[in-house]
Amino acid sequence: MEALIALAVGTLVACGVYLVLRARSFAVVLGLTLLSYAVNLFLFATGRLVVGRPPVIGQGSGLTDPLPQALVLTAIVIGFAMTAFVIMLALRARAELGNDHVDGRDSP
Amino acid sequence: MNAHLAIAPLLAPFVAGVLLLALPNLPMAVRRAFAVLAVAAQIGIAIALLAAVAGGDIFVYRLGDWPAPWGIVLVADRLAAGMVLTTTLLALFAVIYAGDGTDRRGRHFHVLFQMQLFGLAGAFLTGDLFNLFVFFEILLIASYGLLLHGGGAARTRAGLHYVVLNLLGSTVFLFAAGLLYGALGTLNLADLAAKAALVAPENLGLARAGGLLLLAVFGLKAALLPLHLWLPAAYAGTAAPVAALFAIMTKVGLYAILRVDTLVFGDAAGALAGLFDPWLLPAALATLAIATFGALSAQNLGRLAAYLVIVSAGTLLTAFSLGTAGIAAGLYYLPHGTFAVAVLFLLAEAIRWRRPAAADSLAPDADMPHYALWGGLFFVAAVAAAGLPPLSGFIGKFLILRAAPGHAWVWATLLLSALACLIALARAGSRLFFSARSADPAVHPAAEEGLLEPHSAARELAAVGGLLGVVAALTVGAGPVVAFAQAAAAQLADPAAYIAAVLGGAR
Repeated sequence: MEALIALAVGTLVACGVYLVLRARSFAVVLGLTLLSYAVNLFLFATGRLVVGRPPVIGQGSGLTDPLPQALVLTAIVIGFAMTAFVIMLALRARAELGNDHVDGRDSP
Repeated sequence: MNAHLAIAPLLAPFVAGVLLLALPNLPMAVRRAFAVLAVAAQIGIAIALLAAVAGGDIFVYRLGDWPAPWGIVLVADRLAAGMVLTTTLLALFAVIYAGDGTDRRGRHFHVLFQMQLFGLAGAFLTGDLFNLFVFFEILLIASYGLLLHGGGAARTRAGLHYVVLNLLGSTVFLFAAGLLYGALGTLNLADLAAKAALVAPENLGLARAGGLLLLAVFGLKAALLPLHLWLPAAYAGTAAPVAALFAIMTKVGLYAILRVDTLVFGDAAGALAGLFDPWLLPAALATLAIATFGALSAQNLGRLAAYLVIVSAGTLLTAFSLGTAGIAAGLYYLPHGTFAVAVLFLLAEAIRWRRPAAADSLAPDADMPHYALWGGLFFVAAVAAAGLPPLSGFIGKFLILRAAPGHAWVWATLLLSALACLIALARAGSRLFFSARSADPAVHPAAEEGLLEPHSAARELAAVGGLLGVVAALTVGAGPVVAFAQAAAAQLADPAAYIAAVLGGAR
């Protein structure tokens, strides 16, 4: 399972970085979204991967670390708000600069 | 009352911002007066906090009264209190200046301004790494709004770069926090410091990677060398009061570097001790050099001031990498550098209104009205920004050089950079004020667009003169301020007291 999670995070980061380096604002927004998915998945794994254990102290043996889940929740909320903002900004840049190039000019 | 003093600098701007948002129909004059009063109240709180911690106490505020490593804490020591006071002083003059029409050119300027102060105070006072991330996001999202305030193509273009870069920075911050949590099992800064020495050998690589990713993120906020390219366009393009307030934003990154470097990766951190050390001085000197070239190449006063922000960041990081004496010198130089650059941003805008054709670009134009007054103010501001005697910049740079005996590179870079900045400022001044050409009936571009309000020179003079007055006060009161900076540096050099104050209740 560790290998699978690592592969998933790595693929998401690679795709995210590739898209962020594109010159069009839509691709950049998609890239930022993929990166935030990657980091959310990564944060889940920082408490070490445990299967079938509750995130609360109680009966039974062992528990999974609840803190990363709280962190992920916060990160998701912030990431969602930031994505909404950057989409609005990209639309405004498209309207004001006349094209969707990140530098505001059409590449030849 | 004292028990809640550590959270008061956060609550005051937050409540003020929410009130301003909840009462959208207030007349602008009332909103302005309320915003100025709110910032004045925050200065009072900051002074009270500073006085309370000046004796060496460390205030720990446990939110919800949860014991430290589990709950979130706010920690006020000398450094944090000093940063909060610097921020609020700067904000007062920025918000006074903003009453000159900047706050009319879009909605919710004063709300965003208060939220920015809320995020800044939180970033300085928090004692938790993830909470630091949250406050970074608060101050960033407010700064996005402020940066874009008023609109315009150049502002939107610079704003898009700024927002995307900072979102990437936030992602890297989360990766770094996750790595440190995975390696050390905590996110409380004091607890991180206590556990850094005990890191298991198999987790050492994770912890080092996380720490260095943190350095990269803070370097992006502080505009250090490879990550500084976003700053000049963003700062030069935005409204003057916003740029002036943003003079403290790079200092947030420097503060975070200093805090994490001395607390978490300090001498007691075992295998992680001095993790940042090999990077700080080279990055600082390279930043200083490249920003100096930028200042020499600037074609208008706004861009020159933006490069001087990076010069000041490089100077401060140089100081911070020179041990306790250097940190003390840097902490004295920090408020000076912030105020001096902020004055230049405000002056750039004041000059822009008064030169019909050339605005603030370094090109000849008709004599501006009252050029002796504005020229004189520019001269004082330039003396402050270049670090010449008699103002406090000279004392700060002198202290930094004195903290670096035998560092030939530090002496050479700092002195040559100061000389080059002096040349750049002298060139700007002589182009702006001496190379007048015959009057030209050209219309002011902003007046044509209907953006130009009747200007009250009183507000501009109050803001510019007030900031210069604070610089003068820093000079006159150099003795006590340096003593405080040295005490703050000594407190940073002894992280055990910080750790004991935060974790004391739990152990």
